Parts: sequence; C-alpha cells; structure tokens
Amino acid sequence: MLTQAQARSLIQERFGITATGEGPLLVVDISPDRWPELGRFARETLGCVYFAFLSAVDWKEQGLEVIARVENLEANFAVFMKVKLGAGEPHCASLQPVWRGADWMERECYDMFGIRFDGHPDLRRILLPQDWEGHPLLKSYAVDTPHPPYR
Amino acid sequence: MEIKAPIPQIPPAVWTEFKDLQEWEKLHKERPTGDKHSALFETIEDGVFNFPGGFIVTTVADAFLNWARKSSVWPVTFGLACCAIEMMATFASRFDVERLGMVPFASPRHSDLMIVSGTVSIKMAPMLERIYDQMPDPKWAVSMGSCANSGGPFRHGYHVVKGVDRIIPVDVYVPGCPPPPESLLYGLLKLQEQIAHFRTTGQRAAPSEKTD
Repeated sequence: MLTQAQARSLIQERFGITATGEGPLLVVDISPDRWPELGRFARETLGCVYFAFLSAVDWKEQGLEVIARVENLEANFAVFMKVKLGAGEPHCASLQPVWRGADWMERECYDMFGIRFDGHPDLRRILLPQDWEGHPLLKSYAVDTPHPPYR
Repeated sequence: MEIKAPIPQIPPAVWTEFKDLQEWEKLHKERPTGDKHSALFETIEDGVFNFPGGFIVTTVADAFLNWARKSSVWPVTFGLACCAIEMMATFASRFDVERLGMVPFASPRHSDLMIVSGTVSIKMAPMLERIYDQMPDPKWAVSMGSCANSGGPFRHGYHVVKGVDRIIPVDVYVPGCPPPPESLLYGLLKLQEQIAHFRTTGQRAAPSEKTD
C-alpha cells in the first residue's frame, strides 16, 4: 500500500514541488494550469478517492485562492491542494470530471466567490436565489447591500 | 320550618363588561375602512345598527363573532427553523394547543393564523408572502423568536430579512431564542385577547417601515 512518504516523493517526481504539511497532511501549492492534472494524479496515482471539500479564500489584492482537500481513506493521508488564481475575472479548471462530489462544492464556490469553473457541466447558484446580485463571501461585498423589496 | 327556595343566581349579562355603550357606539361609527369582511354581513349589520338601540345588538353580535373567531384559530403549519421544534412541542400533547381551539392545519386556505417560527431568509420571503396571501381574511400572524422579530443573531448577515414585519403585518411578537412552548402559549393567549377586541377597535398591525 502507498504510504504518505511515498506519496510525497511521487508528487516531488511528477510536479517538482515539495509537499509541505506535517504527518498525514500533504499541502501542495500548484499553479492554475496544472490544477486538473494534480487532481487526476491525486485520484489515480495517489488513490485519493474521497473528495472532502472545496472552498476559496479571498486574499484581497493578491486575488482568490481555491483550496480542496482529498483523502486516501485506506492509506490514511490527505492531499490539500491550493491554487492561487490570477488577477481579473477569476477562472479555475473544474475538478468535476475527476470527482463527482466536486459538482456541488464548485457551485457553492461560484455562488459565494464568483469563481467560474471551466468545464463544469451545470454552473448555477446553489444556495442563493438565481436572481441574486454579487457574491457575498468576497471581501469587497458590503454586508448591508440592500435587496429590495425585502431589505 | 320554612324552607327557603334558593335565591336564583342570574348570570351577568353579556354587555356588563362593556364600559360605556355610548363609547361603543362611537367606536362602531369610527370603525376604519379596510376591515375585510363579507359585504353582506356589513349591510345586514349596518341595517340593524340603524334601528333605534340597534347598536346594542350589533355590539353583542360583534362580541359573539369575536368569541367564535378567537375560539377556533387554526394556525397554518409553517416551520422555518429551530423555533419550529418548539412550535411542534406546543402543538403536541404535553402543551396541547388544541384546548385553545387551535388545530394545526396543513393548508393556508383553511387557516387563520400564521406562526412565523424562525429565520426568514431573502430567498424564503416571497414564499412566505405567497402563503400569507393565500390565507382567507380575517387572518393573524405571530412572529415567533428573535429571528422573526428582528433578524436576531443573523441581523447583520447578508441574506436575512430583518424582521418578518417588513413583509407581513404581525399581531403578536414572541421573544426568545427559541421561545419555549410556555412563551408561545402566552403569545397565543395574548392573540386571543386581541381577537376578542378586534371589531371594537378595528386596529390591525401594519408592516413596519424599512429604515435600515
């Protein structure tokens, strides 16, 4: 069975990136163009079949960062994938073709942060009404934005 | 030995609790419009009222109709959040709201009362409004818990209506987070008191202004 140390060296071999993080947590900071490649690698080679969650962080001037955690339940290690999106309209490749569990997570991420996931089959809002304006978890969103006729 | 017959106890007349008939007549005349009842009832009542001394009959009829109304308030089953759990406890056997004549009913078209139990999000607000509109007049609304009263802990969130009284008129506000069944029962009793004086004052709650 694959151990976490072997997984670290496999990531080092394939991507040339040293995974940080202690113990069973492998934190991999990747560039946007290699994001789907890392996802497929984590699923097929590292055996991370369980998609824990996907979310984003708004770092204000430095742009948005998408984070995702996938786990290998048999070997008991997790890969924490991070990608910094560039400036401008936030775009990111979708992980939905790799893990079907990423579908609703990416919809929620789009709903809350306005990140467009390229290749997602059904990128609609999931929590807020379809006619909502703005993405409320962005730091630039004013919490008291009026929403007539209800507030 | 003489046996005395029991002194007959005459029950107090219905109108003894009416303070002043002149005052009642004045209130009846000044009753605001917009009181949505059947037109037939209004014409009959006005006809009776215009007879000499007829206002006594109409006020008694008012008292009777209000008694009937307050004794069979049917709340529509409408639970939004954790307050709904307390509302269900109030409906259930331990607190037994049915002894007040309330039957939780699963249709707004047969209901008189809407207990808004929980947080009203902006996404839910149109549905709440629609359900309230589907209820026949006369209808009442109870705002249950901090969230429905003012937004509660979510007041400064981005998605919450800051009080359900911005959408529908509310008659009774029940504070608490969530209010225990005793609080809700007290609020429902207050609502019954309010319904008992509904026609005499003609006062209904109005939606509050949206200030912030």
